[in-house]
Amino acid sequence: MSYRFTVNGAEQALDVPGMRRLLDALREDLGLTGTKEGCGEGECGACSVLIDGELANSCLVPLAQVEGAKVVTVEGLASQGGLDRLQQAFLETGGAQCGICTPGMLMAGRAYIAAGGGPDEDAIREAIAGNLCRCTGYTKIIDAIALAAAATPSP
Amino acid sequence: MTVTTRPPRVAPTIDAPAAPLPAPAPGELQIGRARGLPLRREGPDKLTGTALYTDDMVFPGAWYGHTVRSTIAHARLLGIDLAPEFDWSKVVVLTAKDVPGENVMSLITDDQPVLVSDEIRHYAEPVALLAAPDRETLREAVKHISLRTEPLPAVFDPLVSQQEFAHFALDKGGDVDAALAAADLVIEGTYRVGHQEQLYIENNAMIAVPRPDGGVTIHGSMQCPYYIHKALKRALGLSGEQAVVIQAETGGGFGGKEEFPSVIATHAGMLALRVGKPVRMIYDRHEDLAATTKRHPAIVTHRTGVMRDGTLVAQDIDVVMDGGAYCTLTPVVLSRGTLHAGGPYSCPNVRIRGRAMATNTPPNGAFRGFGAPQTEFAAEMQVNRIAEALQISPLELRRKWAYQLGDTTPSEQVLRESVAAHEVLERAAEAAEFERIKSQTARQRQERQAGAKSAVLSSPSQKTARGIGLAMAWHGAGFTGSGEVYLASVASLELSASGEIRVLTASTEMGQGTKTIFPQLAAEELGVPIEAVGMAPQDTSIVPDSGPTVASRTAMVVGGLVIKAARRMRAAVEEATGRPFAESYVDYARDHNGLRIDQQFEAYPNVHFDDKTYKGDAYPAYGWAACVAEVDVDLDTGEVTVRNVVSANDIGHVIHPVLAEGQVEGGTLQAVGYATIEEIKLADGRYLNDRLATYIIPTALDAPRIDSILVESPFSGAPHGAKGVGELPMDVPAAAVVAAIHEATGAWIHDLPASPERILAALHGITPPPPPGISTVSERSAKAAPSAADAGTPQVGLDPKPDDRTDPQPMRGPYDG
Repeated sequence: MSYRFTVNGAEQALDVPGMRRLLDALREDLGLTGTKEGCGEGECGACSVLIDGELANSCLVPLAQVEGAKVVTVEGLASQGGLDRLQQAFLETGGAQCGICTPGMLMAGRAYIAAGGGPDEDAIREAIAGNLCRCTGYTKIIDAIALAAAATPSP
Repeated sequence: MTVTTRPPRVAPTIDAPAAPLPAPAPGELQIGRARGLPLRREGPDKLTGTALYTDDMVFPGAWYGHTVRSTIAHARLLGIDLAPEFDWSKVVVLTAKDVPGENVMSLITDDQPVLVSDEIRHYAEPVALLAAPDRETLREAVKHISLRTEPLPAVFDPLVSQQEFAHFALDKGGDVDAALAAADLVIEGTYRVGHQEQLYIENNAMIAVPRPDGGVTIHGSMQCPYYIHKALKRALGLSGEQAVVIQAETGGGFGGKEEFPSVIATHAGMLALRVGKPVRMIYDRHEDLAATTKRHPAIVTHRTGVMRDGTLVAQDIDVVMDGGAYCTLTPVVLSRGTLHAGGPYSCPNVRIRGRAMATNTPPNGAFRGFGAPQTEFAAEMQVNRIAEALQISPLELRRKWAYQLGDTTPSEQVLRESVAAHEVLERAAEAAEFERIKSQTARQRQERQAGAKSAVLSSPSQKTARGIGLAMAWHGAGFTGSGEVYLASVASLELSASGEIRVLTASTEMGQGTKTIFPQLAAEELGVPIEAVGMAPQDTSIVPDSGPTVASRTAMVVGGLVIKAARRMRAAVEEATGRPFAESYVDYARDHNGLRIDQQFEAYPNVHFDDKTYKGDAYPAYGWAACVAEVDVDLDTGEVTVRNVVSANDIGHVIHPVLAEGQVEGGTLQAVGYATIEEIKLADGRYLNDRLATYIIPTALDAPRIDSILVESPFSGAPHGAKGVGELPMDVPAAAVVAAIHEATGAWIHDLPASPERILAALHGITPPPPPGISTVSERSAKAAPSAADAGTPQVGLDPKPDDRTDPQPMRGPYDG
């Protein structure tokens, strides 16, 4: 059967097996390779996306589960060619090094800020605890999310 | 000259705009810019998901490759069976006899095959290759291929192994035994560390594309394009032009993508040449953990002679490293480990012996620090234990011992410049308030111990013990010994006829900032905006061999070449035009059809190392580090929380403080993981925790608050004075964390990681877990092939090389990491 959902605001219909991983559908069927695979078992968070606003590991989500849902990936964060405030904060604080965890980190940061999170170090640590980074020691990622959160009003 | 850079903590102070997460207004976010620094060059691509890592690249019609691996640690390969019910015409199967060139993967010794021909020497060793046009067919094929093997005795203990990869000896001063005999106190200790996985978040990945000229183009995740280039030429029998290696965006390396990618690229290349189509070899996490190189386990034994007043009189150090089944870079890892084994301390009488042994475990290789984190952990443990024995503050003892200008190292190198050991020590101790907090936690420990005698522990505060610990490190900058001279790297700067400037090097970007600092360095010298300087792709058909991206050498060595090339370019243009470069280079380029400067490495002045005697200037300069860690230990569970780490690092001139701090922070956390939670467990030579669910690295909740202090004590041999930053921060925290655990609990943990099991065993006097890095042997396996020790003939390979103990052993190549 065909599964219908939106990705970054665009309607999609995919005629693939329902147990196909959302990660593979995004990367291979839709060509959205910004979402990365780090472990394929939900440990590293490199494949994090937002499903109806909630942070999820797309390697653990079968496509059947996103029928009718709104999926947002790193490609949907900013308008074409630009950076949103969170991405810009990562760039300026040094929150991205090798960049492979970065798309997932950005989604975790986006979910945190969208839920009204502020520039509180402990809360940010909790919010990104499902996303592994091996380059930064997390310091500058936390700085980046705090910076963007401080610049964003609570909903 | 010593300059200290200590950036303030980031304090978000931006006024809230109206809409949630719109694009920032111009000038709104200024943290990175506020320090006057260029932003990460490839940052926007990484932040928008448009950067192309290997697995993101699409090659229409590409096949999928797979490696068939051994499932036994040591065996004779009798045959490879293809089940008749599968239609093998749909796939390609390659074995050792299909290797087009020599069946050798080699950096130092020709001991490792591309594919096993007759003898399996470790678990997960590549034996055959499969490729299929789709994943489903590939999965089916994998199910229908099996290996017939005859088990052989396996060796897992480097202390039992009879096969040696390398050994080194350092002797300084007089009679070490006499000095030890005359010392007031001799402290002995044996420290053991196990495997550590680099755990770059992007797994190893290679795509091979057949070329019309009969060769192959490799796109992949890598640190060293020219290592792969060399491996392809030999194993695939290609000319230099037929083998083209192009680095894709690389999601972390840490040494793990130094030598192993040559194996994967060769496999993918073999398949692509046979299939005639692109072949993708993308490891998943399980395969990456099970089969690729780890940090060398080590057993380090110290005997240190001191006088009552704290004077250091003698060091006697024995280092044994486990190289795994094949040589890889082991001799150079051992060399660096041996040269750093005494720690950054001046000692009149020193004897250091290092040897690396073969075992039937997957080969170990490069990992950030390259042998130094292992031996420096042991050295610092020893210093902290001596301080306790002498009842001297560990800070005070280091003030007495730490190297000063003019001191002599165990390789008899006189430290003539850029020695900031005392500077980093004082900076870290001061920033962390080491002495004040230490007296506080010591008092708490006394009270707790007194309380324990009188009452049952009940409140959470009594169940949690806090401690603070200190350690130091030094790290030789760049290649060991004569490595750079042998390598003779070249970096180029090009001005095209149309006026475009670009840097050409094989130095890779893997997150550390190569693509940002090279244009920055060139632009500063040329007097043009950084945006005017581009970077050529890391493609062996375009860029010269500027050496591997390892050994913290990129900023110091290759960066130095870029600067020299830029100086020459500027001088040539200004001489011809009589005008400043920035105003005249476009005209010059048009009139002269461009200009290219090739800058080759020249030996640093007055730096001499004798490979034969293993004496002299082992490194042109050293980076210096000191680290203070604060921990909480749960006395019920033994769990350690590392709360804060202050790490002061002298890295010479700081090119880009934001990127440099990023190296310090990341290296610090890797070392905290090494100290507390990261351990590979083995059974029958197989890594047991070969998944990310079981090999644990620190999350943001496990990570301490890291305060990075950069100290600048420049090295005069590099035109910009940089000494490198990649590895130094990894060398120092582990011993600080273990010292803090001791301060908290009173227990010394001698083996890493200081896991809850080891801490509880030490606290309660029960049998600790087995030492790290050693495989257990199951009954079934022991029955199938009697252990080597039982058989009385320890062996790793069927035909172990004769023990050629010609002492001392010269270094065999420029390789380092």
